[in-house]
Amino acid sequence: MSTIEKVPTPPPRKPWAPTPIDRAKTAGILAAAIIVSLAVLFVTPLSGKLAFAAVFFVAYLSIDFVVSFAKAGRAAAVDSVFRGLVTTAIAIAVMPIISILVTVWVRGHHGLHWTLFTKDMHSNSFTDPVGQGGLLHAIIGTFLLVFVAMIISVPIGILTALYLTEVRGRFTRPIEFLVQAMSGVPSIVAGLFIYAAILIPFTKTVNGIQGSLALAILMIPTVARTSQEVLKLIPEDLREAGVALGGTQWRSVALVVVPAARSGLITAMILGVARVAGETAPILLLTGGSGTKNYNVFSGSLGSLPNYVWQAFSAGTPESITRAWAGILVLLVIVVILFTAARVLGNRKVGKK
Amino acid sequence: MSSTTTQIPAAIPPKREITTKPRFSDRVFRGVVTSGGLSSLVILGLILIFLLFNGYNTLKTQGLHFLTSSNWQAAINDSGQIDPKNSHFGIAAMLIGTMVVAVIAVVIGVPISVGAAIYLTFYAPEAVKKVMVSAIDLMAAFPSVLFGLWGFFVLEASGEYWAKLLSKYFSWIPFFKLPAPYVTRSPFIAGLVLAVMIIPIVTSISREIFSQTPLDRMQAAYALGGTRFAMLRAVAFPYARSGIVGGIMLGLGRAMGETVAVYTVLNIVYQVNWHILFSAGGNVASMILLKFGEASPYEIKALMAAGLVLFILTLIVNSLANLIVSRTGKSGR
Repeated sequence: MSTIEKVPTPPPRKPWAPTPIDRAKTAGILAAAIIVSLAVLFVTPLSGKLAFAAVFFVAYLSIDFVVSFAKAGRAAAVDSVFRGLVTTAIAIAVMPIISILVTVWVRGHHGLHWTLFTKDMHSNSFTDPVGQGGLLHAIIGTFLLVFVAMIISVPIGILTALYLTEVRGRFTRPIEFLVQAMSGVPSIVAGLFIYAAILIPFTKTVNGIQGSLALAILMIPTVARTSQEVLKLIPEDLREAGVALGGTQWRSVALVVVPAARSGLITAMILGVARVAGETAPILLLTGGSGTKNYNVFSGSLGSLPNYVWQAFSAGTPESITRAWAGILVLLVIVVILFTAARVLGNRKVGKK
Repeated sequence: MSSTTTQIPAAIPPKREITTKPRFSDRVFRGVVTSGGLSSLVILGLILIFLLFNGYNTLKTQGLHFLTSSNWQAAINDSGQIDPKNSHFGIAAMLIGTMVVAVIAVVIGVPISVGAAIYLTFYAPEAVKKVMVSAIDLMAAFPSVLFGLWGFFVLEASGEYWAKLLSKYFSWIPFFKLPAPYVTRSPFIAGLVLAVMIIPIVTSISREIFSQTPLDRMQAAYALGGTRFAMLRAVAFPYARSGIVGGIMLGLGRAMGETVAVYTVLNIVYQVNWHILFSAGGNVASMILLKFGEASPYEIKALMAAGLVLFILTLIVNSLANLIVSRTGKSGR
């Protein structure tokens, strides 16, 4: 026994991991590509960052191809060029995200000041100096709009998900299909629908609840699909155990399945909220954009963050555009917080309380 | 059976009824859940009915011209009333514009998204993958007004530069010709913004489909001595092909319905414009937003009809896309 234990275990080998030589080679190719593209830029009339990026891209891929070809032949060369291509693709895909976040911060942080969260715009216009007025009314408005939309859409969305996973009646396939179709409804169409169904025949004026209804239409598919994914993950054993203990389906769903999926359902809710918090088009048609605080969703024009940003942007002066970016910054922070919350909750193991 | 039961004293509880008939509470539960589940049908149906109801008059008076003409004019007669005889509503220019910007978005956005999905599924180290997936999913939640502002203030500048470059070297291609030297706020730039906007959805769908590639086939390809690219070509691409097509169409549907971002970056001009670098274009959604502000009730009905057309168009594209996506995974080689 003891002799066996003394045999040293070899460290685990990872033949797929790059060796130091591989790393050195990659660094060499990168350096060569940079030198070549700098040289090309120096010699030819091409200039600028974009030209450098393009030349570098071509140079890197061709040097990479040649090196791999010399080492291991055509298949390996094609393989490594393809790796270069997909790496470029992910870089390009992530670039706008970084650019957007940086832009919002750089342009928006001048507009941040405390009165933003304590004052509204009832005695200021968008073209006033940045320190005056604020967007308290817009934050309240967005909160109200989204909250009411949540109250409407979350029950419907979760019921839809329950139908798809628990009841599994004969409409399961068509409903699954319709929910997916509904997630593609353009936001302006949702706005037009509420305009046609409620504003024209009944209210004849703007108010908050109409905006909430339009947002709810956009939110239902997100909530329903995410909840469905979560409910699918609940093990069948739990349902069977509930029924085997003599529970009716209603009790086993309400007391076993839904509590087990609770954190996932909250994630679904938050994702739905994040989806609609910045929705602009229906808001512009339906809620109006008052500059004063309005706590009543059922009457009167209701300002909101997207609307504030839109008006400030449309006003077109440097002050108002700084205001627009500050508004966007606040909106983006809200969205990022919601999204992170959804991620943290969603990463918890399903079934754990 | 009955004779034995009568002999036993009554200490034993009465026989339980064994039945498959749902209890009352279950019937209520199923009823409530089913009616909740049918809500999507009801909502989509109501959207169709209300838009049709409001837009019917316009569709009837304009007939097919609504889809084929590019003339949008709400005429007013001498007494200041709406003059239905001389009013013309046609959305051909905007329909074409919708397709043009959406197709540009797909042509630019899809290779990037699919490449990114391949990288994330087959190449990325676990830590990098986590961060990138979160970042791209976060981008899906960015408000569209933000994309609009970013496109207007940031992308516009470099977009113009690329547009000039394209028109300089590729003006022999009809699409890249410039009728006049104006390249700001062109369909090309709107397409770029939309391309950025559809990257998250196309990436996440492609990623989901690639991640379902059967492991045994992948390992078989490696065992035969294939490189990673050879494996992708022989196993992953054929497996994922139709699903990717579905993802592309979902992206197309998203790009067709986008309103605020297009409105912000595009110079909306009511004419058919195939020159994607030229500063004129539009799409149905942004046109609705543009005209809505000062529209008379009569013109709003025409906008409802335009909304109906957009709704049906996106519904068709999305339904096709979902059919295709849901079919992959079951087929494959």
